Amino acid sequence: MRKTKTKLRSILSSLIPGLSSLARRGPSGWMVLVGIAIVSSIVIMTAIAPWISPHSPIASRVGPIRASPSLQFPLGTNHLGQDMFSRILWGGSLMLQVSALSVLICFLVGVPIGLLASYTGGMVDSTTSLVIDAVYAFPGLVIAIAIAAMLGPGVVNMALSIAVVYIPSYFRIVRSQVLSIKELTYVEAARAAGAKWHTILFRYILPNVIPSIVVVVTINFADAVLTAAGLTFIGLGVAKNIPDWGWDLTDGRQYLGSGAWWIITFPGIMIVLLALGFTLIGEGLSELLNPKLQR
Amino acid sequence: MSEIVKIENLRKYFPVQKSFLEQFFARKTSYVKAVDDVSFSVRKGEIFTLAGESGCGKTTSGRLIVRLLKPTSGKIFFNGVDITGLEGEELRLLRRKMQIIFQDPYASLNPRMRIGDAIGHPLAIHGLAEGEEKNKEVLEVLGEVGLAPPEQLINLYPHQLSGGQRQRAAMARSIILKPEFIVADEPVSMIDVSLRTAIIDLMLDLKKDLGLTYLFITHDLAVAKYISDRIGIMYLGKIIEMGSKEQLFSKPLHPYTQALLSAIPIPDPDKKRKAVDLTGEVSSAINIPAGCRFHPRCPKQMEVCTEKEPELKEIEKHHFVACHLY
Amino acid sequence: MPLLEIESLEVDYRASRGTVHAVEDASFSLDKGETLGLAGESGSGKSTLGLSIIRLVPYPGVITNGHVRIDGTDIVKLPENRMQSIRGRKVAYVFQDPMTSLNPVKRIGAHFVELIRTHEPDTSAADALGRAKNILENLGILPERINDYPHQLSGGMRQRIMIGLAIALNPDLVIADEPTTALDVIVQQKILDLVEGLRKAYGMALILISHDLSIILERCDKIIVLYAGQIFEYANSKELHKAPSHPYTQGLLHSIPNIELSDQKLSAIPGSPPNMLDPPKGCRFWPRCSYAMEICRITEPELIDLKKSHYVRCFLYNQEGRHSH
Repeated sequence: MRKTKTKLRSILSSLIPGLSSLARRGPSGWMVLVGIAIVSSIVIMTAIAPWISPHSPIASRVGPIRASPSLQFPLGTNHLGQDMFSRILWGGSLMLQVSALSVLICFLVGVPIGLLASYTGGMVDSTTSLVIDAVYAFPGLVIAIAIAAMLGPGVVNMALSIAVVYIPSYFRIVRSQVLSIKELTYVEAARAAGAKWHTILFRYILPNVIPSIVVVVTINFADAVLTAAGLTFIGLGVAKNIPDWGWDLTDGRQYLGSGAWWIITFPGIMIVLLALGFTLIGEGLSELLNPKLQR
Repeated sequence: MSEIVKIENLRKYFPVQKSFLEQFFARKTSYVKAVDDVSFSVRKGEIFTLAGESGCGKTTSGRLIVRLLKPTSGKIFFNGVDITGLEGEELRLLRRKMQIIFQDPYASLNPRMRIGDAIGHPLAIHGLAEGEEKNKEVLEVLGEVGLAPPEQLINLYPHQLSGGQRQRAAMARSIILKPEFIVADEPVSMIDVSLRTAIIDLMLDLKKDLGLTYLFITHDLAVAKYISDRIGIMYLGKIIEMGSKEQLFSKPLHPYTQALLSAIPIPDPDKKRKAVDLTGEVSSAINIPAGCRFHPRCPKQMEVCTEKEPELKEIEKHHFVACHLY
Repeated sequence: MPLLEIESLEVDYRASRGTVHAVEDASFSLDKGETLGLAGESGSGKSTLGLSIIRLVPYPGVITNGHVRIDGTDIVKLPENRMQSIRGRKVAYVFQDPMTSLNPVKRIGAHFVELIRTHEPDTSAADALGRAKNILENLGILPERINDYPHQLSGGMRQRIMIGLAIALNPDLVIADEPTTALDVIVQQKILDLVEGLRKAYGMALILISHDLSIILERCDKIIVLYAGQIFEYANSKELHKAPSHPYTQGLLHSIPNIELSDQKLSAIPGSPPNMLDPPKGCRFWPRCSYAMEICRITEPELIDLKKSHYVRCFLYNQEGRHSH
């Protein structure tokens, strides 16, 4: 227990100066901070949902059907009488899991392939690029839909279908970076010292590629959130009883006409907010890591 | 004195990149003949300079010798052993004996590695030392290159050092394996003028203390004059004159050498220099002129120069020149 | 009246990490037809000084003080449109890197035509092109190459085009910023000879900015030695070569190999140029100076007149020109 505490403390203690140094870096630093604030609030909110949620999100008839927002039900209820506020608190979980998992898969698949293919060069590089480009040529949502339809509902399947869409982006960024870094003098110096190819790849090239990947990761997150919402919207998401913003988005569409605007609006806002948070981090980081001409 | 490095008929041709369509329609691949039949040897303990303008092939020659590039043809000998075709583990072992210092101190260090790690990395690569012992060697070698205080510097990243410090760090990295032979590729061209002498003097000190032999590559003949024992002048991939420093500077034989020397600015407002006027530009290394490759620009061009390529001939003891005038 | 008069010029770069005083207290003048060399290393401020003469100091640089008078007119506060008519026409700038200074999608001829017609709008395109061909001849380039794109020319030729563009409108002053750094020594000599020839033919003044003291000593009438943004020494070149007064100048002169001397003993200047975000207090050079005294660490020396037009910024000297120690 104590070890975890000291570890946490050291992470936190390096976090504070890290965050405050971001603040000093001008508007792009602020973007990153705001983005981090948004995302972490949502993550925390989702994490502590079991404790602060007033009602179970899937318990029906806790209140009147389609009741508009009131003191008792701050975000109203849906047609099953479920409390929207509780559903909002719980609903981010699925999205966060799916996007996190898809990013992880992308990273673990896209980055190594990119590194190895571009470093090896020659036929290996040309062939891999060709294949990846073919996948890249398809519109993302279409592939995601196709794969989700094939695999069926579920967190992992959704993550997989989104991951396939995104692996080409990782590959391309990694590849372009590796191609230019490969020719740099410090890599030559490592070769001249006798370093083996895996040392060069992982100790010399990869650390210098990471900054550009970080930006893709954040954009990936944002896009994964939206794609997950999209998949759920057309019914390829998850089973009915799991509280999910995307699900509510789909569900709430039909009640808009009858004036129950709150069912679709609040989930919609949350999805946009989450995607926005990631995007802000990505945009801000991209500006910070690729500084403009500055003395 | 023994020969530590010997090059025989070294050639390096780079195929010219063809566009997609050209690959189908072009008949012949054209080549950039960066190094075109170069032979020389470096004696143990000396400083041999390869000098010439950009594109003459000196940098490529340096890289060929340390096997960062594979020669198209020719042989390289190190301490009498043919290293031209070495691969794998044998090549890695060779790397401990010959090292290279690069021109750009900003680019030759990994921006994501601390100086201490970067300098000590060759030891780790060859499994020669680790942990405490590695640290000790790093600190020691930092002292040898004049980087102080070593304990503080090992934790810094390259961008936190100045250009001169970075070059010293790069030199520390190259000597930590205790090599016998170092190729120095324009080591001071990108360093501020006031710091150059210090780096050059450091190289000379290290030579004395560690018994090093240098192949020095430069376009700055004034620096070449200061540091070299013997010099080879290169033009378009060939050595056109070679000799001791005294021979080359007091009695330059080849018209190109004469032109080169006359073009060097003299830091004295009272001296008026008579510069040899060379016509035209350096020819492309893809379409090397027939006969003597220098003939289009040569003020002493003769009939035979357009037809036959001159051989490197010994004119006086140890002074070679490739020119039909002799 | 001198062609160019710089008085107490100060240029700062304001970045988020702090302010860099790139140029401090710079004062000098240049007459018609004279050559001045600005010698200095990286961080000395020589490029900034050159750029401030035509007010092209890049953001976040700003001229914070002082005067830049061209033919009597102070250009520091001049409105931009008037400044544009001075640039290219009265004062021309040759940039350091010929590789990126030319527009890669414009033919050479187009570069000239655009330049000429911007400042002399009544000139027809045909006339402008004719003048351009003339200039190319003077530069030693075949006139047919006027239709080439920059990438079809070698580095030396591109730099010659840059010089051609600079002199096309017969400016009174040409500022050349490291014009030959990227070039080989034979091409360098040709380019500098060319500039010298054109200069004499058209009576232009020249400011040559370089870290290569050899070419400055060879080709300039007057020399300014810059260090960390300050003028350390300012004299005509023969005087500077004969009697270098500032320890930095002396150190520099002793560290340049001279190809005509045999068995030269070169000496090094210890240390390295200062970090401009946090330069040393007092004299900027004291950490590297073998003559550093107590006062050097505390106060900044002023630029004083040693003897006629030989200025030095160093506590070793006082106003009468004698060593103060």
